[in-house]
Amino acid sequence: MTLPFYVSPEQLMQDKAEYAKKGIAKGRSIVAIEYRDGVLFVADNPSSSLFKISEIYDNIAFSGAGRYSEFESLRKAGIQHADLKGFMYSREDVTARSLANGYSQTLGTIFSQELKPFEVEILLAQIGERPDQTELFRIAFDGTIVHEKAFVAIGGRADTVVSTLRSLGAGDVPDLKAALTRCMNALETATGQTVSLHALEVALLDRTRTGRKFRRLGAEEAGTLLS
Amino acid sequence: MESIFSKMPVNQCSSFFDFIYQTRPELTPAVRWGSEGNASASVDDMQRYVLSQLSHGTTVLAVKYDKGVVIVGDRRAVEGYQVASRRMEKVFKTDSHSAIAIAGAAGPCLEMAKLFGIELEHYEKLDGVPLSCEGKANRLGQMVKANLPMVLQGLIVIPLFVGFDLKQQQGRIFKYDVTGGKYEETDYHAVGSGGKDARVTIKERFRKNLSQTEVIALALQALLSAAEEDVGTGGPDPFRGIYPTIKIIDAQGVRDVEESDVASECDRLARSRSEQES
Repeated sequence: MTLPFYVSPEQLMQDKAEYAKKGIAKGRSIVAIEYRDGVLFVADNPSSSLFKISEIYDNIAFSGAGRYSEFESLRKAGIQHADLKGFMYSREDVTARSLANGYSQTLGTIFSQELKPFEVEILLAQIGERPDQTELFRIAFDGTIVHEKAFVAIGGRADTVVSTLRSLGAGDVPDLKAALTRCMNALETATGQTVSLHALEVALLDRTRTGRKFRRLGAEEAGTLLS
Repeated sequence: MESIFSKMPVNQCSSFFDFIYQTRPELTPAVRWGSEGNASASVDDMQRYVLSQLSHGTTVLAVKYDKGVVIVGDRRAVEGYQVASRRMEKVFKTDSHSAIAIAGAAGPCLEMAKLFGIELEHYEKLDGVPLSCEGKANRLGQMVKANLPMVLQGLIVIPLFVGFDLKQQQGRIFKYDVTGGKYEETDYHAVGSGGKDARVTIKERFRKNLSQTEVIALALQALLSAAEEDVGTGGPDPFRGIYPTIKIIDAQGVRDVEESDVASECDRLARSRSEQES
């Protein structure tokens, strides 16, 4: 009788984590930054139809980095969760915190129980009526949640993006133009090349809007804003 | 709530209605009212249906004009011969370029309007693009059809759907029957217990390419006629400051006509009527 191979749990988890990290590192970066009227999302995404940033609910936006099929199914599950909760209770009862918990549970379970972990990182943002009600969450491939302040980045070179943003201005809340400029600078530093607005996906959670706060910013509009 | 995430991969359709039907059937109207699988109509059922159709008061109407369409609803809800509410809203914005007005049993009506709004938003968020105007109208027809078991219990829901078709660049009006049949109207339509009176008034005065001011005046005139003839329809109530709801749907989207503007228009119509009859 042959003995089955023994792999220690530490080794197993380490291998899975390495696998997931490798998958995410191949992808491009996405950044979210608080600005005066809400939260700005900028993604390095040359496609104009396969979105990485999307609306989840009235004041909640989602962004996923890594394997498209995987974060897309998480995005859809999030929208279903939010719409169901809003239908059963009230629109104001849908919160990013509960969504982040759901994502954390799901990713954590998949990481520990499935052979192949999800190669994704999730970014959730929620805005409130006041600037101090803004919440940013980053959920890692193993279900770890981090509650961030001011700005957050996910994807391939997230560390470089975050450190650049920190050096560009910490503590103050920029206006939309300054926020967009900072994000573009950070992405340029991370990729080591100039980024054109046409290769970026830009979206906002804008507190000044009535009803649904999510809005996409086209390349033209973003260009006008920066000029 | 975590159960939703555990159901991944999610179903491929983008319908919220189908989603709750599959995962939380107790939340869907037909099941909750305990009528599923009991859709055989007896003579009693049909009589109850006819009675219910007669006894539900309301007038909601829609008229096209040169740049889009307006939709108007009265504010009265009745319970038998009693006024149940003077401030009921019967016209709802369902997404950026469409609105719905509903006649029938209040509870199921409000629920369908809410569910339909979520349905459109859900599709738009999942697919990244809004449904076409025709697509929205068809989806509503299917929802009305799903409501048929409730109709046989007397809980009727008859919607009137209006939208601005961004492709055709014009406003569109759709009416429905209880079986979910969808019929497009070319110029105007009115439903509810005062619907006939409203339609007659519009028929007398309607012409193509009315201006926005003219169409608002015509729509209000029709609603006032219906309120005069039909006990189930509430007219303007200046003492309490309650006026009909008017929404305009054009290329820019859906917006409300200010209550003060509706009030002054109602006032003007009342004065011209009194001059006419004195």
